[in-house]
Amino acid sequence: METLTTIVEYAVVLAVLFGVVFCLLGALGLVRMPDVYLRSHAATKSATLGVLCVLAGAFLYFALFEGHISAKLLLGILFVFLTSPVAGHLNGRAAYRSGVKLWRRSVRDDWEKALQQKEKGASSQENVRQ
Amino acid sequence: MKFSDLILQTAAKVLVFIIMTFSIYILFAGHHNPGGGFIGGLITASALMLLYIAFDAETIQEIIPVDFKIIGAIGVLMALLTGISAVVVDSAFLTQVYKYVDLPLLGKTGIGTALVFDLGVYLAVVGTTMTIIRSISEDM
Repeated sequence: METLTTIVEYAVVLAVLFGVVFCLLGALGLVRMPDVYLRSHAATKSATLGVLCVLAGAFLYFALFEGHISAKLLLGILFVFLTSPVAGHLNGRAAYRSGVKLWRRSVRDDWEKALQQKEKGASSQENVRQ
Repeated sequence: MKFSDLILQTAAKVLVFIIMTFSIYILFAGHHNPGGGFIGGLITASALMLLYIAFDAETIQEIIPVDFKIIGAIGVLMALLTGISAVVVDSAFLTQVYKYVDLPLLGKTGIGTALVFDLGVYLAVVGTTMTIIRSISEDM
């Protein structure tokens, strides 16, 4: 029991530390990255993983040291895991739709092509109707 | 312009159930833990708002054909009736009773008339919030 407690103690400390470091890296990425899309890439992923790790650490702590299985923390982990990528996607999509340019050193833009094809398809359909 | 995003819509369909469940939990946890009618109502309203954002207002209006003004009125009426029912049994206005009951499935459960009052607060908050948001968004 003594060793198990020690192991879980270290696991909690490592999980929380790992999560905090990832949140810090996300914040650094937000400052250092050149355009909206790269920033959202850095912030979304690392902040999600960081928060998940902190929540998992808190869950482990309460489960073993307070003897309290917190379903709210599990639900929170699931919730952040589901919502944060969707929020990142919506940020990027809204930025692209309102005409934010890609970083000047970007090499290809597949969505631009896809949108052009879609427009072309829509206009040709209108021609057929006429 | 009609906004439709498959990723947001699919995520919203799953998330609304999680948020609604959590709001009901918050509503019932109010007696012993942080929570209660007010915050539960706000969480439910935010779940409904997520639906309104992910889909358009007409679709949601068809799926949930409820007049939120009436919901708010029912809530206020429920809160008022718990107060009046205490007067009917010769106690002071808004006197609450708390009692342990053996329910068939849940076992020993504490039931208080404060829960009915909280339910009234919950409905009033949902009704008010949704009425405000709906009437603002309809002008646009």
